[in-house]
Amino acid sequence: MAYGKKVLDHYENPRNVGSFENSDEIGTGMVGAPACGDVMKLQIKVGNDGVIEDAVFKTYGCGSAIASSSLLTEWVKGKTLDEAQAIKNTQIAEELALPPVKIHCSVLAEDAINAAIADYRQKNN
Amino acid sequence: MDERVVAEMLKYMGPESSFGNPASRSHSFGWEAEAAVEMARKQVADLVGANPKEIIFTSGATESDNLAIKGVAHFNQKRGKHIVTCKTEHKAVLDSCRQLEREGYEVTYLDPMQNGLIDLEVLKDALRDDTTLVSIMHVNNEIGVIQDIEAIGKICRERKIIFHVDAAQSAGKVAINLEQLPVDLMSFSAHKIYGPKGIGALYVQRKPRVRLEAQMHGGGHERGMRSGTLATHQIVGMGEAFRIAKEEMVAENERLLKLRNKLYDGVKDMEEVYVNGDIDHRIAGNINISFNYVEGESLLMALNDLAISSGSACTSASLEPSYVLRALGRNDELAHSSIRFTMGRYTTEEEIDLTIEHVRQAVEKLRELSPLWDMYKEGIDIASIEWAAH
Repeated sequence: MAYGKKVLDHYENPRNVGSFENSDEIGTGMVGAPACGDVMKLQIKVGNDGVIEDAVFKTYGCGSAIASSSLLTEWVKGKTLDEAQAIKNTQIAEELALPPVKIHCSVLAEDAINAAIADYRQKNN
Repeated sequence: MDERVVAEMLKYMGPESSFGNPASRSHSFGWEAEAAVEMARKQVADLVGANPKEIIFTSGATESDNLAIKGVAHFNQKRGKHIVTCKTEHKAVLDSCRQLEREGYEVTYLDPMQNGLIDLEVLKDALRDDTTLVSIMHVNNEIGVIQDIEAIGKICRERKIIFHVDAAQSAGKVAINLEQLPVDLMSFSAHKIYGPKGIGALYVQRKPRVRLEAQMHGGGHERGMRSGTLATHQIVGMGEAFRIAKEEMVAENERLLKLRNKLYDGVKDMEEVYVNGDIDHRIAGNINISFNYVEGESLLMALNDLAISSGSACTSASLEPSYVLRALGRNDELAHSSIRFTMGRYTTEEEIDLTIEHVRQAVEKLRELSPLWDMYKEGIDIASIEWAAH
């Protein structure tokens, strides 16, 4: 499989790899399944102003899944929850030039941020 | 392809070549082509201890498997419509069986043992009075395990059941003597042993004579079992590849085994590393390893300058985990985390050193990235989590 330059860049130098200790200012989304060969864990740290201060990820999956989640952590930093929620998988797929068989990786990344936001909102309701 | 194979083939392709039709007996070019084909037939037969008259040329092992399985099933349908094979067979065998199921046949797909080998008692239990064919591969393409075809063949003989063996991955890598083996049909491929693509053969035993229904009808070539003009240059290439394999196999296997042991020794001290398939009953040039909690394709990306594959090459475009590893009872993570390392005629010791280095670095890096690795380290049972399949 030939990978695009941006996928390779994120694979070689993944951004924001890591984990946050669980607390009220943290939202965690874990999506995918080992059976499907993809598990993404994305965490956001949200400030009092409702802006995402920091984001980290860990992903078990192919290069495109790693790149999708890595890119997403870059994009959501500095965004409000609503802005982050508005990010669509198609934007990720386009930015990374994902081939059709890898579109599901971008879908998973969208699911991951939505799950993380939902988790944060539930804790801070 | 081996350059010696290319050189032989070119003799039958360029303007200076012998370009006759081997079926044209009325001119000398035809004779020359026929002689070349018969020489190649002998070379193929010699590697596996067969009589040249028992070798039928086909377009490859896929066609040979189709011809053997459907041909025998169709020919013997009045005797019975039950076939036995194994879940870890090549798709050419499995899909031929699926086709027969659509035609009203019954197929039993045996589960192999955890080491990939067939349990002979399980095989015996699966045989019925209406079983006409057993098809078991000699060497598995993903995990390289070698089945005991002699024992399986004996069981089939006792029950007067025809035994087909897909030997695409074993010819030239494992000694085969069909004169002694209780095998009725055997499929071969040229390109797996440095011959050209698009050519293969089927061994059809003559004594006792195995009969099958042709799949390709036409001019009655290959004793009526496979019509179509013989591809002289392809066949010559296959013959040369088999000749070279016969000459070099013993020394080559010794060399490959050293390389494989070196590779395995270089990674086996890492945590959560599992060999898939029996380590002893295995061809020298294959090892299949699961690096738990690291997804296979992402690991392959780190090794992209080395020719290695995750799952079988024929299904590398699919996102499914290896069906072979699933049949061995491997869980999802392990099945998704497997890498097949194949060593061959052109693999060097330096490449093995490089592979070990790349694999170790990549596995370490990807585990740092893996949420499953974290969970493993925290002692969380991954199977206990309710995952939402997507």
